[in-house]
Amino acid sequence: MKALSRIYNFLVFAFLYAPIAVMIVYSFNGIKSRSVLEGFSLQWYQELFHDSVIMKSLYTSLLLAVLSAIISTIIGTAAAVGINASRGIRKKIYLAVNNIPMVNPDIVTAVSMMILFVFVFSTLNKFEMGFGTLLIAHITFCIPYVILEVLPKIKGMDSNIYNAALDLGCPPIKSFIKVVLPQIKPGIVTGLIMAFTLSLDDFIISYFNSGSTVQTLSVTIFSMTKKPYSPKINALSTLLFTAILILLLIINLPKDKNSVKKKGAKK
Amino acid sequence: MNKSDTRLKRIMTAPFSVWMAIFVIVPIGLVLYYAFTSSEGGFTLENIASIWEYRGTYLISIELALVATVICLLMAYPLAYSISKMKARRQQTMVLLVMLPMWMNFLIRTYAWMTILEDTGLINTFIKFLLSLVGYEFEGFTMINTNGAIVLGMVYNFLPYMVLPIYTVLTKIDRSVIEAARDLGAGGMDVFTRVILPQSVPGIISGITMVFVPAVSTFVISKLLGGGMTYLIGDIIENYFLGNTGEVNYNVGAALSLVLMVLILISMGIMNHFDEDAETNGGGLF
Repeated sequence: MKALSRIYNFLVFAFLYAPIAVMIVYSFNGIKSRSVLEGFSLQWYQELFHDSVIMKSLYTSLLLAVLSAIISTIIGTAAAVGINASRGIRKKIYLAVNNIPMVNPDIVTAVSMMILFVFVFSTLNKFEMGFGTLLIAHITFCIPYVILEVLPKIKGMDSNIYNAALDLGCPPIKSFIKVVLPQIKPGIVTGLIMAFTLSLDDFIISYFNSGSTVQTLSVTIFSMTKKPYSPKINALSTLLFTAILILLLIINLPKDKNSVKKKGAKK
Repeated sequence: MNKSDTRLKRIMTAPFSVWMAIFVIVPIGLVLYYAFTSSEGGFTLENIASIWEYRGTYLISIELALVATVICLLMAYPLAYSISKMKARRQQTMVLLVMLPMWMNFLIRTYAWMTILEDTGLINTFIKFLLSLVGYEFEGFTMINTNGAIVLGMVYNFLPYMVLPIYTVLTKIDRSVIEAARDLGAGGMDVFTRVILPQSVPGIISGITMVFVPAVSTFVISKLLGGGMTYLIGDIIENYFLGNTGEVNYNVGAALSLVLMVLILISMGIMNHFDEDAETNGGGLF
């Protein structure tokens, strides 16, 4: 039974990782082929770095992800504190509205925002879709996930400590910064990372709301899939995969160290 | 709670409320408005009526998404189950391994399958090579641009969404309940079907919604792996809004999106009906 489940797990992971492995191997291919491997070269990496469209869209995507992660984390964290403190129907409405972008299929969210932008811009006869609309759209779909991460942390917090700070004469805002924030920091950090990765990974919402002047990396990759095969995509995916792997290792390693330290301290 | 506290609370939620009102509520209102008006602006039911034309598209989208969801469930459950039985340290690593492909760009993951499934792609080249060793000429399978390829793309992309929620509920099952069942004489199969499986229903349900919703509304997978042979409802909506291969018509597009939204709400309602603990669970969440 145990051997069987091992084999099964191995097969599922093989399925999950086979395409990634194929891309990595073919990114070093000496010739421009999707099936035949011949020689080893770094030419696709060179071409990738000289492709100004890809580089520009990578920059757009990173800037967009950083900005939307920061802004949605600020709005979301503040909202989570307020939502946690509210009661009754008001709270229910907040949570229901917060659920809408998470429940709706991405394409419906994308299309509804596109209608808003087109409607407003054509009425005003001013502005056009671009980085601004992208940023607004990304902040909108990131906020609910930040709230989802932060809210449970606030709920699990002992509110007596905050009240004690108030009783001791600390003004509300200062006690919030000094008492509440440090306690919900793990939730805020997870929310921030989540918003960053969601924004970076998004294609559908960007596709409908980027207009013709700005392209995110996903939109650029999409247009590349329609053109004749280029191994540049493989090189790009290999680099992205490596970056994600390193990022995950960095995020996970310090945690383990801390837990080791804590265990040591207990002894 | 004093007055300044309530004021602070309002100030904290104000940016959220304003933002969500403008960028979530108003857009949905606009979808409704567009769906029920003609391009001149008058009220009409024509857009909604014209959707009848696309009933086949809705059906095939639902069908492919359902098949993909069932395959995901069958593949994910054993994996989630065996991960939940591993040592804590190993569990962490395995969960990370399940999530890692999810962090790769969605389009790149789908594109990778194009390379593998193509007529001159990896699988066909490999089979041709094997058969040529025994002196057999082989034309190769047609795998890309089929409905099977679309389902494969859905399963591949959304499988982690099924594994993670099931794994989470499985780790939360109280060990002592399982032990009690064993002590009372239940066999391995009985323990599974009567204790473990019923308790993992909430995870299965959130897994099903997390796979079904993106699968039924996709247009990327059908474009890349279906090669435009099968139009899914997402493809039709995309066309009406961006007009890549046809006329732009926001009104019909809005009507199609509205129906898709309602369909998903209904299926989620049905799903939650199966989850008897949904209310208590929801109460715990909020």
